[in-house]
Amino acid sequence: QGGGSAVIDMENMDDTSGSSFEDMGEMHQRMKEEEEEEAEGEAGAGEEEDGEFLGMKGLRGQLGRQVADQVSAVPRPRGPCVPGRPLPAPFSPQMWQVGKRQASRAFSLYANIDILRPYFDVEPVQVRARLLESMIPVKMINFPQKIAGELYGPLMLVFTLVAILLHGMKTSDTIIREGTLMGTAIGTCFGYWLGVSSFMYFLAYLCNAQITMVQMLSLLGYGLFGHCITLFVTYNIHFHSLFYIFWLVVGGLSTLRMVAVLVSRTVGHTQRLILCGTLAALHMLFLLYLHFAYHKVVEGILDTLEGPNMPPFQRVARDIPVVSNAVLNTTAKAIALTL
Amino acid sequence: FPGLADVSISQDIPVEGEITVPVGSHSPDEDYSTLDEPVKDTIMRDLKAVGKKFVHVMYPRKSSALLRDWDLWGPLVLCVSLALMLQGGSADSKDDGGPQFAEVFVIIWFGAVVITLNSKLLGGTISFFQSLCVLGYCVMPLTVAMVVCRLVLLASAGTISFIIRLIVVGAMFGWSTLASTAFLADSQPPNRKALVVYPIFLFYFVISWMILTFTPQ
Repeated sequence: QGGGSAVIDMENMDDTSGSSFEDMGEMHQRMKEEEEEEAEGEAGAGEEEDGEFLGMKGLRGQLGRQVADQVSAVPRPRGPCVPGRPLPAPFSPQMWQVGKRQASRAFSLYANIDILRPYFDVEPVQVRARLLESMIPVKMINFPQKIAGELYGPLMLVFTLVAILLHGMKTSDTIIREGTLMGTAIGTCFGYWLGVSSFMYFLAYLCNAQITMVQMLSLLGYGLFGHCITLFVTYNIHFHSLFYIFWLVVGGLSTLRMVAVLVSRTVGHTQRLILCGTLAALHMLFLLYLHFAYHKVVEGILDTLEGPNMPPFQRVARDIPVVSNAVLNTTAKAIALTL
Repeated sequence: FPGLADVSISQDIPVEGEITVPVGSHSPDEDYSTLDEPVKDTIMRDLKAVGKKFVHVMYPRKSSALLRDWDLWGPLVLCVSLALMLQGGSADSKDDGGPQFAEVFVIIWFGAVVITLNSKLLGGTISFFQSLCVLGYCVMPLTVAMVVCRLVLLASAGTISFIIRLIVVGAMFGWSTLASTAFLADSQPPNRKALVVYPIFLFYFVISWMILTFTPQ
């Protein structure tokens, strides 16, 4: 098939060849050196030799794919790389330049993503331990508590909250006039996580608390675990009293933990009061907001429910198929009768 | 090298010859003039590649063909067809029909990008577009589930149809998740597979939820 040629056929080379970061770094370095060289003179032959590393795909007109693939594993030069053969006419040196510059830009974008890599260096057992710990308030507030600066857990919790919100909005038949359901859910959750973290970091800076931005993001993110549990339960079982119990207990526990950790890192009574009051208020109010803003009170259905022990108004979701509605109603009646 | 000690080239005989090694007759021309081939050949080649990948998703074995030659045609077709089928199915107001298409599109592509970034940050060895390709192709069972759901809803809209739809969507959701983890989890260090599988689970769960709660008006 190409047996008599001098092609270095790397087709069977394993694509998953370790970290491509070093390969990109090498290529980037080589390109920088080359640009310095070319500032002095033409380097036609040199280009071709290096060209076969970068540009075999460029020869086939697939510059876009070449850039894409270079964000990844080692590129596989295909096609002829016969030494001594001149480049075909349409492929001038300018095309090499354009391709190389594109690849270099892609590389610098890629390098920025790698800044976040140490914050994702975590094991599953650690994530589970931290999730459980986020519900347990610490007792020792005179000694600064350790906060893990990790972003995987908080990010996953925010996405889980988005999914739970979507579920709640769809089952309660919320109609968003401008924008989409998804946009609202993502905007709310990410806005809370990033916005309140930044605000609390600013307050912590004012009150001389020992906490960094990543730690604040991590702390608040893990605090959303309580919110996820509460909303997941109460979006499926629609009861005022149940929601309030969960709000106080589960929301309260996670708030207490965050507050205790912050207090342990702050000196001075006034500062402690400011920080913890703000955080507690924002966190608990956010849970209230999430519950009430994305549910609609359906008053017409109340008339079908009988019994003097029913709470004053009851939210029943529309748009749920008949089965789960029947299940909900019988559960409601049973619990109401026992209360 | 004793045998070469007396090799000498006299100055007046020019040394000449062919440096280029003879290659097969058309491979150099063929490789970069795919511009000149008939359009039917290009389309058939791409369609065959896409079809082969669909077969790989249906029977997920650990083959590297899906990973090596990635392409995004399949995911685009699946995404557009899923978004089209999910349209026009929300509650009562007319202005909810529009955003549905954009929602599905954004969810699928934004979700796939986030999962890919996450798996790369956790130390994965798979490339960006390869991962997008796998995640996109594994939406296929859910598209099949959507077609089945629409057919069932044409027949009836009661309790039995809900149970059938629930079972079908649940099974397809499991299939999607298993198929994508079969391809993606191998590129991770062994003790972190759960960290990569969870976002994939969440992603397909959201799509399945959108399919299950679809009611045509």
